Amino acid sequence: MHRKTFEQPPRRVALFVTCMVDMIYPEVGMATVELLERHGVEVIFPEEQTCCGQPAFNAGYRDEARVLARRFLEIFGPLVEQGQVDAIVAPSGSCTTMTSHFYATLFDSAANPAERRRCESLAAVTFELTEFLVDVLGVTDTGARFPGKVTYHACCHLLRELQVDAQPRTLLANVQDAELVELTGAEECCGFGGLFSIKNAGISTAMGQRKARYLAQSGADVVALCDVSCMTHINGLLSRQGQHCRAVHIAQILNSQVDVEAPPPPPAPDQEAVQQPRRWQDIR
Amino acid sequence: MATSTIDLHAPYKERVKLALQNLHLKTALSRSTVRLSSARVAAMTAVDGQRLRDQTRQMKEYVLRNLPDLLEELERNITANGGHVHWARDASEAQAIVLEIARQANVQKVVKSKSMVTEEIHLNQALEEAGLKVVETDLGEYIIQLAGEPPSHIVAPVVHKRLEDISAVFQEKLDMPPTLDPEQMCAIARARLRQEFLTAEMGISGVNFAIAETGTVCIVTNEGNGRMVTSMPRVYVAVMGIEKLVPTVEDAFLQYQALCRSSTGQQCSVYLSLTSGPRREGDVDGPEEFHVVLLDNGRSDMLARGYGEALLCVRCGACLNVCPVYREIGGHAYGSTYSGPIGAVISPLLPAQVTNAEKLPHASSLCGACRDACPVKIDLPRLLLDLRSDQVEANQAPWLERQAMEIFVRTMSSRRSYENAGKLASLASNTMAALSGGNLKFMPPPLSAWTQSRDFPPFAKKSFRELWAERMARRRTIQRGG
Ligand code: SF4
Repeated sequence: MHRKTFEQPPRRVALFVTCMVDMIYPEVGMATVELLERHGVEVIFPEEQTCCGQPAFNAGYRDEARVLARRFLEIFGPLVEQGQVDAIVAPSGSCTTMTSHFYATLFDSAANPAERRRCESLAAVTFELTEFLVDVLGVTDTGARFPGKVTYHACCHLLRELQVDAQPRTLLANVQDAELVELTGAEECCGFGGLFSIKNAGISTAMGQRKARYLAQSGADVVALCDVSCMTHINGLLSRQGQHCRAVHIAQILNSQVDVEAPPPPPAPDQEAVQQPRRWQDIR
Repeated sequence: MATSTIDLHAPYKERVKLALQNLHLKTALSRSTVRLSSARVAAMTAVDGQRLRDQTRQMKEYVLRNLPDLLEELERNITANGGHVHWARDASEAQAIVLEIARQANVQKVVKSKSMVTEEIHLNQALEEAGLKVVETDLGEYIIQLAGEPPSHIVAPVVHKRLEDISAVFQEKLDMPPTLDPEQMCAIARARLRQEFLTAEMGISGVNFAIAETGTVCIVTNEGNGRMVTSMPRVYVAVMGIEKLVPTVEDAFLQYQALCRSSTGQQCSVYLSLTSGPRREGDVDGPEEFHVVLLDNGRSDMLARGYGEALLCVRCGACLNVCPVYREIGGHAYGSTYSGPIGAVISPLLPAQVTNAEKLPHASSLCGACRDACPVKIDLPRLLLDLRSDQVEANQAPWLERQAMEIFVRTMSSRRSYENAGKLASLASNTMAALSGGNLKFMPPPLSAWTQSRDFPPFAKKSFRELWAERMARRRTIQRGG
């Protein structure tokens, strides 16, 4: 897949918020918008958007997925073609993969030449959030401050289909006060996999529990990631097991600001067992 | 408790359940798959791994495109060397061919070198039913033969067993005194096997690759048993899938590199046995008869059905070692000769009877680790997706799932119905979550499969689009005011 390289930094983007972020994690969507705006990008939100069709496609329902894919192309296509936006940005590696990689499977150029052309032109300008920040805007430090031990889980589609890995790690490395810790098996699947988590719930859980064990070993307060679906799976297990660590979408960490004018007072030196508020608790 | 065998014919669900409950299995798998995977990474980064993979893939693609011609070239050259070539359409034809060769040569005992293809066609069973004695001579294969189990990994057949389990098998079947010393255990097995080599009339092996240009059958081993099997008995029979050939000697070494580095992380194996024909006059050893059985067994069908990419496989097992699903359940849970990602692709396509093979393409989170590891870059996740799609098209998907998918797409097809569904889900999930302290602990079936082991968050009280609308309204007010 060819990504467009921009001569002028993009000024305006369309937000592909994804259905899960819209309905379950609106705060991730908001953090995405604020991040983009803070870096000089105007965000428009095409309100007709719903779901990219990934659940249907992954389960093998290509006709059904095609219906939603066509819808996506019709909503976002004209915006790009008419120059109303320079790019499409999504806070999700897997949904970006769906629209930029898998749509091509749904529309072959002989049967659906128009759709095929459209998916290719959209694929070139659709970016996952961290990819957009680093590769397109050239941002490596979002100016965020996040006190706590942070580790990173590489979501599969982001890592292996989009090959985005250095970008989120760079951005995290530049977060003030965040202590980065290593996560064993950071690149191993958390076991979500869409319907896999239901159809093969036992295997899916075993995979997630392995992830949870590694997270406990890492001592991290939060694990940052770029996909709310993996986030849901990992948090579902951590919370069920009563673990302290939580998965947090990277947009929220990159957008977390602590007022520099009035830093919180340092804890009294001798005071024992002062419970530091955990950052993720504020966020959720 | 030793790592127990899973009944391959049990229903899929049962096989997986047993595997997941087996803690010893988990230990054995975690240890060995991690070890093999890191060895592969080291061996592939020591050379230009990407180039090696690209070249191997190109070569194998060439083979597939020219399969009939290359197979005929192979046949011509084997025959010219004095060997015999047999074509088998399916498992029963292949069994009959081998049995006939054994009958004509008056064979009582067969020694075998590790081979997945003979497992695929259940050759041992057929030979034993005909009254022959069959001895596996690869140490791993020997152990599972003693244990009465099938292999659970393409390359490392006893990967599912710990040392303790193997010791138990040897104590029971070979009267070995209790020990956990691998060297002592090896010595006992070796002494037994030596006797078998000396008395067998027939050797059978699979084929790692056959060279069309020279009519040479190559097998890659680490124990030296392979070369005994191919050269000591009077008759040597090599069984190969029709895709396992390479055009030239140079190509053979390309694939050899890719295979060794990917499977065990070795630069090259300890032994590479090449057989081009029977013993000639003046040769000090070698078989008197040399037979090659070319097996189709569904392979040309796979090619015709658009799954030819799976035939590029060189059976290195790298995809198994990196697969997080394989790591949790091991090979036997797949219920077929071929397990892991490649097994999930080909088991439903091969004619062998695998119980619930249709479930295998769904036993994957599509994480893609297998594709990154594969030395021929087979796009295994895409093949799994294709298989799923074929099932839906053939109307084989569960009724309930089809209905759910239809409702899902209808809901997502209009903004109104999407927003309404979102509101409903928010209301329902927040009401339920209020009862269980913040997160959903119970959901109705089939979603209960999630909440049995995992919480689910309630939907947001206000969706992003609502927050967005409020934000836009605020901005407009500010703009008007200012
Ligand atoms: S699919 Fe690839 S990685 Fe898996 S066994 Fe075959 S060649 Fe090896």
